[in-house]
Amino acid sequence: MSATDDVVSTREAFGKTLASLAKENARIVALDADLASSTRMSYFRDAVPERFIQVGIAEQNMVGIAAGLAHTGLIPFCGSFATFISRRACDQVALLVGHTRLNVKLVGAYGGLVSGNNGATHQAVEDIAIMRAIPNIVVLEPADDIEMGMAVEAAIEYEGPVYLRCTRDPWPRVSPPGYRFRIGKAACAAEGSDVTFVCSGMMVSQCIEAAERLSCEGVSAEVINCATIKPLDAEMILSSVRKTGAVVTAENASVIGGLGGAVAELLGSELPSPTVRVGLQDEYGECGDNVSLLHKYGMDVEHLVEAAGKAMRLRDQRSGAKHR
Amino acid sequence: MLDRTDAEAISRRVRRRILSTIHSAGAGHAGGSLSSVEILVALYFDVLRLDAANPKWPQRDRFILSKGHASSALYSVLVERGLMESDLLRSFGRIDSELQVHPDMHRLEWVEISTGSLGQGLSVGVGTALGARLTGSDFATYVLLGDGECQEGQVWEAAMAAAHYRLDSLVAIVDSNQAQLTGRTSDVMDICPLRDKWAAFGWDVVEADGNDVIAIRQALLVPRGSRGRPSVVIAHTTKGEGVSFMEAGGHTWHGRVPTAHELDLALAELADAGRSKGGEPRECN
Ligand SMILES: Cc1ncc(C[n+]2csc(CCOP(=O)(O)OP(=O)(O)O)c2C)c(N)n1
Repeated sequence: MSATDDVVSTREAFGKTLASLAKENARIVALDADLASSTRMSYFRDAVPERFIQVGIAEQNMVGIAAGLAHTGLIPFCGSFATFISRRACDQVALLVGHTRLNVKLVGAYGGLVSGNNGATHQAVEDIAIMRAIPNIVVLEPADDIEMGMAVEAAIEYEGPVYLRCTRDPWPRVSPPGYRFRIGKAACAAEGSDVTFVCSGMMVSQCIEAAERLSCEGVSAEVINCATIKPLDAEMILSSVRKTGAVVTAENASVIGGLGGAVAELLGSELPSPTVRVGLQDEYGECGDNVSLLHKYGMDVEHLVEAAGKAMRLRDQRSGAKHR
Repeated sequence: MLDRTDAEAISRRVRRRILSTIHSAGAGHAGGSLSSVEILVALYFDVLRLDAANPKWPQRDRFILSKGHASSALYSVLVERGLMESDLLRSFGRIDSELQVHPDMHRLEWVEISTGSLGQGLSVGVGTALGARLTGSDFATYVLLGDGECQEGQVWEAAMAAAHYRLDSLVAIVDSNQAQLTGRTSDVMDICPLRDKWAAFGWDVVEADGNDVIAIRQALLVPRGSRGRPSVVIAHTTKGEGVSFMEAGGHTWHGRVPTAHELDLALAELADAGRSKGGEPRECN
């Protein structure tokens, strides 16, 4: 894991990759609802202005227009803040994108709690749950710029609806050299045998740091970077949990219905195991700098280490009870 | 009623507070806060019926800041009007603060309703105006919108409902500063002819220079409540009003935080008591 200067945010990586791929693929079009500078679709606008469609501050209309464009065989990317693309345009996403299975790509910039000090209205904490609950939508949250670049390519190759979630700020890079992202495949970011972290987005680097701290305490933690939240890589998660028997999920979102929800659903039916879900605990966020926010809302490295301890304690209590 | 000299001095102090607050927080929206200053000064000093001792007085006029990103202007006017401690401004945007970058009704009593997601305020205004009628109250409702915000379909759903229900206690104000986040409003998605649109939706339309505090106050004080129609004041303003380089920058100052040097330059311009706004009409065509 490195936090070198050349690491850029996932929104930046999204914008640059989309612009460069669009130069070679005339089917790609981009729609913006007056946020291109924030979503970094501005790169696309500058590179291929003839295929950039500005709709104004009208997210619902944007998603409808995208459905129409996809209907004609184009590959539209709709960009906005993650809040507005999910909450504001929810019905349009469900019926014009999910139900139709049209080839629309939805891009939510400023995912989660750490979204540029704008407070609750701009903190997308339900977007993963919303997108995941709608049938037919692939939900992706890459952990760093490298993975985002590959995810944009994969989203273009994939025929069907995709939700691509970005963060505003750069977080440490986690992709190892030679890494290949594939839709539906999670990646093991650190191997371990005592506890499993299942995480996505900027929480992957946080979990790797937590695993490093745990190793100083003699605990061996596995970190699974689950960049595809739907469809979930059940195989990799189950094989890790068979080994560790204790799970912490970590996401920059509400613990309800998102990655934590998905993992709990999987384990509940396949392999019941103590699962501690780190994320926003069913409440709204607020303004503040990233460090203060992650601390106050129980999502920093310290809390991840504690959560791992709790998951392992629960596992040990349970196995103790079985032996008695 | 404030006289012009006092009102302009207050407006300049509000502008200084806005920029200092945004600079120290490293967050906030300068351009669209500066354009709204005279509208808010007129409302809070001379138009709104309110009880300074009781923000929740049931008979108060309701004010809804639909363009919630202009919170720093609202907070600064509340301070100038003596409704809020000036010290609070220093906590703007910081963790645990009453002063959220987008206003939060649970944290500050003067905030009627939480806003920040554009396009929602006028619907709430339709609701409070209907509520006034149903509860036999005579308070008025004022809703401040951005011109870019008028691109949201919900604004026009609310406009249709207000006319349908003949809500003459409802006043919308459009801060028509001709710019939004990524560009000029006419380039991003033209909303003109704005006057005709509102009129076609059944509203009485008044236009005024929104950065001339006396002119905008007059427009806001036009007697209402007789014709069974809601009214809208199209306030012709300038994004970044009061600071030359922000006015010139237009949309580029939507969400940019001034550096220490830029803040100094801006405060110097705003210290100058000179510039009184003459009402050159700015037209939307
Ligand atoms: C539903 C929604 N979409 C997008 C945004 C992001 N956003 C905040 S302010 C803004 C531009 C607003 O322009 P305008 O209404 O003209 O405001 P002003 O110029 O007066 O600041 C945008 C797109 C938002 N807050 N809400």
